[in-house]
Amino acid sequence: MTRRYSALSLFKEGLAGQTGWKQAWRSPEPKPSYDAIIIGGGGHGLATAYYLAKNHNISRVAVVEKGWIGGGNTGRNTTVVRSNYYYPESVELYGLAHRLYEGLAKDLNYNVMLSQRGMVNLCHSTAEMEIGARTVNAMQINGIDAELFSPEDVRRVAPIYNFSPDARFPVFGGIWQGRAGTARHDAVAWGYARAASRLGVDIIQNCEITDFIIEGGRCRGVQTSRGAIRSERIGMAVAGHSSVLAAKAGFRLPINSYALQACVSEPVKPILDTVVLSPGCGVYVSQSDKGEIVIGGGLDRIPSYAQRGNLPTLETVIAGLLEMFPIFGQLKLMRQWAGIVDVVPDSSPIIGESPLPNLFLNCGWGTGGFKAIPAGGTLLANLLATGKHNDISRPFDLDRFATGRLIDEAAGSGIAH
Amino acid sequence: MQLFPCPFCGPRDETEFHYGGDAGNARPEGADVPIERWAGYLYLRSNPKGTAREIWVHMNCGEFFVMERDTVTHKVLSSTALGGEHAA
Ligand SMILES: Cc1cc2nc3c(=O)[nH]c(=O)nc-3n(C[C@H](O)[C@H](O)[C@H](O)COP(=O)(O)OP(=O)(O)OC[C@H]3O[C@@H](n4cnc5c(N)ncnc54)[C@H](O)[C@@H]3O)c2cc1C
Ligand SMILES: [Zn+2]
Repeated sequence: MTRRYSALSLFKEGLAGQTGWKQAWRSPEPKPSYDAIIIGGGGHGLATAYYLAKNHNISRVAVVEKGWIGGGNTGRNTTVVRSNYYYPESVELYGLAHRLYEGLAKDLNYNVMLSQRGMVNLCHSTAEMEIGARTVNAMQINGIDAELFSPEDVRRVAPIYNFSPDARFPVFGGIWQGRAGTARHDAVAWGYARAASRLGVDIIQNCEITDFIIEGGRCRGVQTSRGAIRSERIGMAVAGHSSVLAAKAGFRLPINSYALQACVSEPVKPILDTVVLSPGCGVYVSQSDKGEIVIGGGLDRIPSYAQRGNLPTLETVIAGLLEMFPIFGQLKLMRQWAGIVDVVPDSSPIIGESPLPNLFLNCGWGTGGFKAIPAGGTLLANLLATGKHNDISRPFDLDRFATGRLIDEAAGSGIAH
Repeated sequence: MQLFPCPFCGPRDETEFHYGGDAGNARPEGADVPIERWAGYLYLRSNPKGTAREIWVHMNCGEFFVMERDTVTHKVLSSTALGGEHAA
């Protein structure tokens, strides 16, 4: 039986006709009670379970997922990993995630295909260049790798950009993060699931949380489509559905749900080996390891739970793409899809206690939580294990909306989520 | 492309409209409003999956109105001028 992945195990299984691989994670029946329940089998939920077992020695844990693990936004995103944020609080958070990503394949014994191919945020005017310089300064002061790119630097990393003199969005330079890149989204979910399962965590798929068990003013468990499960510690990481579950728990959140869409082209030969974002064009783009051009843009215009995305936004994204890369005009789009993301007024996540005691939140990642999965998991695990914030999660508590200590990354780093 | 009904101009292209928040989210009045109430007014949202009552503005005519809409199917259930709201 082969459990660990290595060159030797690959070789042995090759000889044995690939018949000895064990199932990557168990699929047990739900038990009546656990030390902790995690709602949502996306990256954040699975990572939380893994770090609960690994960092806190709590492994009587269930991850309860209504569909299949990674079937939410974790399996629908455009896989960009970076930590080029503005505020020190954000840098602590996304910096932690970025560092953990760099060691993740080794830690999980699962190849998450982190590819640090670098990312450039383009500047299209003198004014944007000034903001770019300010952003780069802030990042460097906070200890994040960042460089201000000249037009020649941009040409070096993205020669196929539209540099013609009559380009509608000429390049004045850009903000470069060399450690940024992409990771394989499914592998992140599967890697955490496999590692958590091996530490004793029960991963329960096709099991929807329909209600909370509330006794004596505290959350004491959940009702599911497969019966009641009790626990004194419940964590929730359901992305676009946070408000739906909050309503069942009796409170509201500072969240609106929107569809965010993406699309990929047919696979083509290697032509773009970095991630390029243009705020002016409203588009970011990279090439997958399979050769597809992966295209993302802004949120849809109306609050929505319809997991499909709408045409006017897609048209804007494609128009922007062709401004950037006229050469892509010949590409055929293969697929388009959307995920439901949870958008918070200050574009920062919510990590902390909920208004219902025993229930803890990890939500509000909006359009950018894939890169944060290792940190979101670490911090929710810490909250569930200790009942308290640590220094990194404290600023992201729900109470910031009453105290006014918002961490406005839309204003800070121009991140539109 | 979806058409939204402006109570003043009739059915128009969805891109002409801007979402303005939950209907019935009244601004707190008075000097001694607790901060939780302010935070609720400013930031908390119902964000229902299903039928939602929302404020929208038709950017072309500038009128605000209440639209009832299903957030899963995007089907519009009703559209009323803000003044008519109280009468209904
Ligand atoms: C098109 C698109 C592109 C994106 N691009 C990027 C990017 O390039 N970089 C980046 O960092 N981020 C990106 N994001 C954002 C990122 O994908 C999310 O922030 C992140 O995946 C959130 O992870 P999660 O684990 O919180 O949520 P999810 O992966 O959505 O997991 C939540 C899970 O909860 C489950 N659930 C919901 N309700 C219930 C219930 N009642 N009972 C049980 N289970 C329930 C869902 O089925 C789902 O599987 C993108 C998102 C989209 C949609
Ligand atoms: Zn009108």
